[in-house]
Amino acid sequence: MSSGISILVIDDNKIRASIIEEGLRDAGHDAVILVHQMDGLVRQIADINPDVIVIDLENPNRDQLEHMFQVSRAVQRPIAMFVDKADSQSIEAAVDAGVSAYVVDGLKRERVKPILDMAVSRFNAFSKLSKELEDARTELADRKTIDRAKGILMKSKGLSEQAAYDLLRRTAMNQSRKIIDVAQSLVIASGLLGD
Amino acid sequence: MGQLTPVIAGFIPLLDSAVLVAAKEIGFAEEEGIALKLVRETSWANIRDRVAVGHFDVAHMLAPMPIAATLNLTSLAVPMLAPMVLGLGGNAITVSTALWQNMLDEGADRNGDPASTGTAIANVVAARLKTGGSPLRFGVVHPFSGHAYELRHWLAAAEIDPDKDVEITVLPPQLMADALAARQLDGYCVGEPWNTAAVAAGTGRIVTYKQAIWPDSPEKVLGVTRKWAQASPDVLAALMRGMSKAADWCADLKNVDRLTGILSGPDYLACDPDLCSPALSGNMRFGATTSKTLPDFLSFSGGPAAAPSPAQGKWFYEQMVRWHQATFSAAAEAEVVRIFSPATYQAALNIDRLPSEKSIRLFDMVSL
Repeated sequence: MSSGISILVIDDNKIRASIIEEGLRDAGHDAVILVHQMDGLVRQIADINPDVIVIDLENPNRDQLEHMFQVSRAVQRPIAMFVDKADSQSIEAAVDAGVSAYVVDGLKRERVKPILDMAVSRFNAFSKLSKELEDARTELADRKTIDRAKGILMKSKGLSEQAAYDLLRRTAMNQSRKIIDVAQSLVIASGLLGD
Repeated sequence: MGQLTPVIAGFIPLLDSAVLVAAKEIGFAEEEGIALKLVRETSWANIRDRVAVGHFDVAHMLAPMPIAATLNLTSLAVPMLAPMVLGLGGNAITVSTALWQNMLDEGADRNGDPASTGTAIANVVAARLKTGGSPLRFGVVHPFSGHAYELRHWLAAAEIDPDKDVEITVLPPQLMADALAARQLDGYCVGEPWNTAAVAAGTGRIVTYKQAIWPDSPEKVLGVTRKWAQASPDVLAALMRGMSKAADWCADLKNVDRLTGILSGPDYLACDPDLCSPALSGNMRFGATTSKTLPDFLSFSGGPAAAPSPAQGKWFYEQMVRWHQATFSAAAEAEVVRIFSPATYQAALNIDRLPSEKSIRLFDMVSL
């Protein structure tokens, strides 16, 4: 089943763009085109003649895009920002998620809203994934730092691994700090003083 | 002092974000009880959207933006105010070195006289149109901007029709110099440091500047929604007091090095400090061999000078009408007067009387 709506997704982030594309295709939109490059965008938009344009808010070219919609002869049909017509909740959800959408005039709101909702939920899912990945990276880095701090204590104080960890933990508790912060201080101090 | 009140401000990394940046970094906001959080943005559209939905309490805005939003000329339009001016001047018009050579052949002044460079570019444009060459392409940062109106005024004063004889497109400021180098643009009007960037790269030449086109004119303003201004009048007043002190600090030449260091840093413009210092110190380089001392090229000032004036707002509105972005109505003009009213700022800073409003005087061709 095809929706008959062509959708242009402008996103520098290729992974996120693919996630949105997949979601839109699953929802029955066959005509989804991804654009990562802003060069020659006017031409591309004229060629593609999309009904809906989805763009990420990090893209510095939004001002150019909006200007193009206002004046360009290349864009055959007037395009307005979708959120103009939406309720304030949709507006906030889109801006919170970091996405904006533009639609040609005359497209019915109920046909477009699911597209924006899809983009918003996929943007949010992507942010969540990115954050989890970032957290995992930090956790790994933290564990390495704690291991180094333990190593320093084991060597300088002749402690066992468990005793070194207990000392770190006790120090952190006594100073109301996190173990990683104590470990970091120790690693830095040790680096400054020489092993 | 009790607990600080948080205020979130959006800004675009340009030199004239200096007042907001100094209010935070030098502690002027904190002295007034404000914990100022600055959020760097990538487009004016984002600034507009995030102010409209309330992500930002206030923002560094192009002076015409609060007018365009209030008059419903853009998306996500909400009623706004421009209670304080963040800087005067600061823009310039830069052309490619190839176009500059053509302009020199037509006798263009090397020191940025707008009447002379305007005449020269008019001759170049006329010759191009006669020989069937493609029209010159210019970039501005936003359709509702001082840049767009200054460029259009300069061209129109030389009898170039900005809508027919040349092409004007929109590009983000930080991409202008690259677009000029790549020959996607023949020239542009932008704030600093993006003119200096092209001059330093050897790909562009400054031909005139905002201060020569409309002396001491506002460029960016503090933009707030009327809703926020009404809900938090004391916070807005405290913020503007801190910003007024910050503006005076920015204006003091002995702070230029420190300001240059802060603004060029990773949280703000993230650029070579050498690109920031010409406009901040007033020692502009127009081209490889021409330097000019212009203390007022970009100026900051607290106190009465940072009060908006209705005449300024009206000039921006006139440009919107002149360039077919808006149709004139007396009701809209009354709104504009309200948006640029100095009353909120005066009350916050306890300024009884402002110097009488000077009439707005732009350069024109006969002033040569």
